Amino acid sequence: MTRSRPEPVQVIKQRRDMALATLANGIPYSQFLGIRFDRRGDELTALLPFDEQLIGNPFLPALHGGVTSAFLEITAIIELSWSMLWEDMENGKLDPGKLDAEHLPRLPKTIDFTVDYLRSGLPRDAYARARVNRSGRRYASVHVEAWQDNRARLFAQATGHFLIPSRDTGG
Amino acid sequence: MSDPNPAQRFIEAIPHAKALGMRLESIGNGKAVMSMAYDERFIGDPATGVISGGAVSALMDTCCGAAVLAHPESGPTATLDLRIEYMRAARPGQRIFARAECFHATRTVAFVRAVAHDESSHAEDGLPVASATGAFTLDSGKKKPKTEAGR
Repeated sequence: MTRSRPEPVQVIKQRRDMALATLANGIPYSQFLGIRFDRRGDELTALLPFDEQLIGNPFLPALHGGVTSAFLEITAIIELSWSMLWEDMENGKLDPGKLDAEHLPRLPKTIDFTVDYLRSGLPRDAYARARVNRSGRRYASVHVEAWQDNRARLFAQATGHFLIPSRDTGG
Repeated sequence: MSDPNPAQRFIEAIPHAKALGMRLESIGNGKAVMSMAYDERFIGDPATGVISGGAVSALMDTCCGAAVLAHPESGPTATLDLRIEYMRAARPGQRIFARAECFHATRTVAFVRAVAHDESSHAEDGLPVASATGAFTLDSGKKKPKTEAGR
């Protein structure tokens, strides 16, 4: 059995990081909120650094419910897109070198999104991870969890359904 | 629009509502209408220029909160649960309007529904961009009647 020599780790890393950056930085609203993504292999963690403009209740103070909801939804969309991008990158269907803002796969469209606010968001950094529970040809169901200081103490979770863009026509 | 009531002052004091340029159009009797201008910074899909679902949900969440505050005998509130259905893409360039109604409130929970329109559907009362239903915490200030000793 012949096996081609694996690529140097830095080359693979750089290619994956570039693909993720192109995807994540492509959403203006995500940039507006200051959301970033951290990658370990194919696992993503979304980061929302605290900012005064994210406050919804100045008396507590607490993060705006809409910020929490947007953070979770963007995390779900990026995770879902990333999982599809990853698959295409790994099996060679997609050349990440040719990936730029104009040549990104179309983003999934949110059908519905349900947010469960478990406790108020504190005025500090927040983190989120999404899990694609089901991804078919057309629809996907994604669950997201968000926490702050303590991974086990979620401050919000959400489930959303998404329409997957047709992949053969995606530019 | 009714007189400058606590709800309106409260909305103007919300940093994130201010950051998104939200405007309170009308409020009173458990109902609120708020709007937000189209802004390229709020785009969710760069391929279409359509505003992010997250920005629409932030407007709807705020508007639902305002409707709860506008409910008679309401107090401080927070979102417990919010479900949003996105029916269609908002037309790029158009202002988004949210209309929320607190249709029932108990001493502890307020139930709200809302719709979001772009300028066209808002004017024609056409198909909304999105609809939402939510449950909010409510502190009406009224205590549960003490019927049991020690409770």
